[in-house]
Amino acid sequence: MGKSVLLIEDEPNIIEAISYILSKDGWRVASHSNGATALDEISRRAPDVVILDVMLPGKTGFEVLRDLRNEDGLAHIPVLMLTARGQTKDRELAEKVGATHFMTKPFSNSEVLDKVRAMVGG
Amino acid sequence: MINTLVVVSLAYVAALFLIAFYAERLAARGKGAWLRSPLVYTLSLSIYCTGWTFYGAVGSAARGGLEYLAIYLGPTLVLVGWWWILRKIVRIGRAQRITSIADMISSRYGKSNSIAVVVTIMAVVGVTPYIALQLQSVSLSFNTFLQFSGEEPRYLDSQSTAFWVAVGLAIFTIIFGTRNLDANERHHGVVTAIAVEAVVKLAALVTLGIYVVWVLFGGVSETMAAIDQSAINVWQFDGARWTSIMFLSAAAFIALPRMFQVMVVENEDESHLFTASWAFPIYVLLVSLFVVPIAITGLEKFPSDANPDLFVLTVPLSEGRNGLAMFAFIGGFSAATSMVIVAAIALSTMLSNHVVMPIWLAFSDNRVSVAGDVRQIVLFARRLSIGGVVTLGYFYLKISGGGAALASIGLISFAGVAQLLPAMMGGIVWRAANRFGALAGLLTGFTIWAYTLFLPSFGPDAILSSSILNEGLFGLQWLRPYALFGISGMDNLVHSLFWSISLNLLVFVVVSLLTFPNPLERLQGAQFVNVFDHTVGASTWTKGRAETEDLLIMCQRIIGPQEAQELFKQEAGRQGKIGYLPDTTPEFLQTLERELAGSVGAATSHAMIAQIVGRSSVSVDDLMRVADEAAQIMEYSSQLEAKTEEQARTARQLTEANLKLTAISEQKDAFLSKVSHELRTPMTSIRAFSEILGETEDLADDQRSKYAGIIHGETIRLTRLLDDLLDLSVLENGEVKLSYSRCNLGAIIDQAVAATNFVDSHLALRRDKPSEDIWVVTDQDRLSQVIINLITNAAKYCDNRSPLLKISVRRSDKGVQIDFVDNGSGVSRENQDVIFEKFSRATDRSSGAGLGLAICREIMSKLGGSINYVPAQGGAVFRVLVPLSQN
Repeated sequence: MGKSVLLIEDEPNIIEAISYILSKDGWRVASHSNGATALDEISRRAPDVVILDVMLPGKTGFEVLRDLRNEDGLAHIPVLMLTARGQTKDRELAEKVGATHFMTKPFSNSEVLDKVRAMVGG
Repeated sequence: MINTLVVVSLAYVAALFLIAFYAERLAARGKGAWLRSPLVYTLSLSIYCTGWTFYGAVGSAARGGLEYLAIYLGPTLVLVGWWWILRKIVRIGRAQRITSIADMISSRYGKSNSIAVVVTIMAVVGVTPYIALQLQSVSLSFNTFLQFSGEEPRYLDSQSTAFWVAVGLAIFTIIFGTRNLDANERHHGVVTAIAVEAVVKLAALVTLGIYVVWVLFGGVSETMAAIDQSAINVWQFDGARWTSIMFLSAAAFIALPRMFQVMVVENEDESHLFTASWAFPIYVLLVSLFVVPIAITGLEKFPSDANPDLFVLTVPLSEGRNGLAMFAFIGGFSAATSMVIVAAIALSTMLSNHVVMPIWLAFSDNRVSVAGDVRQIVLFARRLSIGGVVTLGYFYLKISGGGAALASIGLISFAGVAQLLPAMMGGIVWRAANRFGALAGLLTGFTIWAYTLFLPSFGPDAILSSSILNEGLFGLQWLRPYALFGISGMDNLVHSLFWSISLNLLVFVVVSLLTFPNPLERLQGAQFVNVFDHTVGASTWTKGRAETEDLLIMCQRIIGPQEAQELFKQEAGRQGKIGYLPDTTPEFLQTLERELAGSVGAATSHAMIAQIVGRSSVSVDDLMRVADEAAQIMEYSSQLEAKTEEQARTARQLTEANLKLTAISEQKDAFLSKVSHELRTPMTSIRAFSEILGETEDLADDQRSKYAGIIHGETIRLTRLLDDLLDLSVLENGEVKLSYSRCNLGAIIDQAVAATNFVDSHLALRRDKPSEDIWVVTDQDRLSQVIINLITNAAKYCDNRSPLLKISVRRSDKGVQIDFVDNGSGVSRENQDVIFEKFSRATDRSSGAGLGLAICREIMSKLGGSINYVPAQGGAVFRVLVPLSQN
């Protein structure tokens, strides 16, 4: 039984791509597309890893992460943040609110796999 | 002869219709400056001379000598001597957008509707008999012709004459009196028609006079000799009665609803009053010049039992001058009809604004905005009231049976309306006057008038029993209608007028002194009394909690969408803002209230705004302004205020400019970051799937082709994004070349609709092709691009289950206005500000990058037009303004 990933992202094609890559590696992948309800989804599924996009409808990824880090019982979950804006400001902000890793789109498939594996293994 | 008379009358009426239509058309096109000339204004004032004075002046001269002159002297004195007070009334009327005399009095006393209702009822009671009198004068004069011709009436007797005249007048008044809702606007058709009638009635009397003096008497000296010998020359002078009649006619000239209508409501320019002040007395002089010669001729010619009121007709008829008699008939007809028309308009405005609308408001829940179309209701109420008023006059004639009782009603009616004078005059010269005093005075005066003059005029045992008439109410001698407080021996008219006006005035003053006006009354009082000093009105609204959008919705329902949007846009512009939604500053609410008052009256308008804004309040500053002692402070503070307002405006503009600057630098960052996002997102999919395709050998065929399809789709998205970006950049940098040509708007829309057919949507389109047939000089492809964008947007975002897009085209003076109206839920308030910005999608469920509307805005500004979002329409409404030609 593989470990589980919750992918919070609103671009259907990117969901499709990441789901394919991770499930082929033995992960159980679930996805969610709304920022406002993301925290509820995380607490419901209690995944081993969360992949979180920055630009989400309802609430930004940064806000979701900040809430997550303040939530008892969820604060420990490793989070990989994705952003398509690729500015250093975003990276700093991600680190400040407590992202485990940060990745700029577009990424290579192996890069995603390495990061996700490292987050549960390490 | 009767047939000829009927034909001539009908032709005359048809001509009046044509004149009114022509005047309306001219005015609608902004032409016909003479429509607004002081001459027309002066002539319209001549509705003072009604059928009653036209025929009755001769009758009165034959019976009682020169008493008829008093009726004309009153108004002359007002115009010459009281010119300043008329000017004040007209100024107030224009400043406060007054719609009727009831509106004026209610507006002065804190916009109290109860006062408006009392005044309206008094006006209806006072004026209805007068309308009956006009109908009677037409039917009597018609009867005279019947008698002289000896013909048997085949299809018309005198009763049905009155009926058909009433019907015709009601139709004319409804057509030309309720064309526009804004009662404060001029009714050019009506005013022009009555000006023509004024000329006709004067010409008729003067022609008859010339005939009598030069043909019948044979010259001026012969006429003078005849006057010397006649009974009229016996000077019967009753000072009290003369004074009373002069006072009455002066009061009526100011306070009669129809006079108020032509003098104040229809006034175009204050300076016209100046012309009227000398021209109207000349008119009156000409009207009265030949009264005596005609009267003596009648007295000589006919037996003493002949009705002298009809000498104007019987003199030429007995001489066999049928054409002249017919001209006189048309003159009298003119005098009677113009009075009824204007009186019906004035009364119907009062009834609809002060009786129907308040009732409707009370029943229509708390939210005006959700109720139906207010304009239609007001217009309907006004038309119904016109019908009602004319019908009332007709039935009054039928029931009273005409005759002598009716003939004396002229002065009785004047006396009833004169009761409005203390409240009105007091209101504009005396600050301490308040609504309790006004109401008490009005009711006192009205009751005494009714008891001592109006009700007894129906004759003993008609309404008041003869025992009341002889022994007083409850048998109390001092309550005898014709001898109040035991004072007998006075002329009935003088007696009633003396008591009603003096007690009215006394109660008004005493009650006003004993009670306190509320703040709103104080403000209005100051504005009325000092109308010449106050140029800026004191505001009665505190900073609004009102949603501008709610106000816009309400305003649209009353003054019409176009007008309301224009008003809001102008105000927004004045505040230095773009779009249709200004801040609800107290000044703006004030403006809005006044604008609405022009349509529905001050009291109703105030109540309607209060429903949305919440209670109005008067600030300490405002009260300071009305304090007598603070006159100098007032001057100083109003200067300060003007400065403060200017500073506030500058500050507002600066803030906006600053925000814009900050926004621009932020926009630069945001733009790059958004471009980055929009580019990287499709690239992510492309990279991920191309890696999957390259690295995975055991991929199923359908999966392989699906992933290839995704890559293909994303590259298209990238290309489109780059195209849009380039397009926008070219447009923004002004490098775009526009190819102007003369093209048909309908064809452009056709082209755009055809181009959007591929859009996979069930959006239904509704167009009105005939209205699209307009030629414009523009860049066809660019305009088409904008239209395509708007249609596509509607297809994407309209969230109705059966989405519908209505394209409506309207030609305005600024160009062609194309509205794209969908039936979805519209763009939310916070999104309205940003939809035209780059990368601002209203929702995230679309595939576009959010550049479409930004491109549209650039294109439209390049084409010399504009594109705007029109708020508060229910669905989303985008308004594209295309100039007719290339500037």
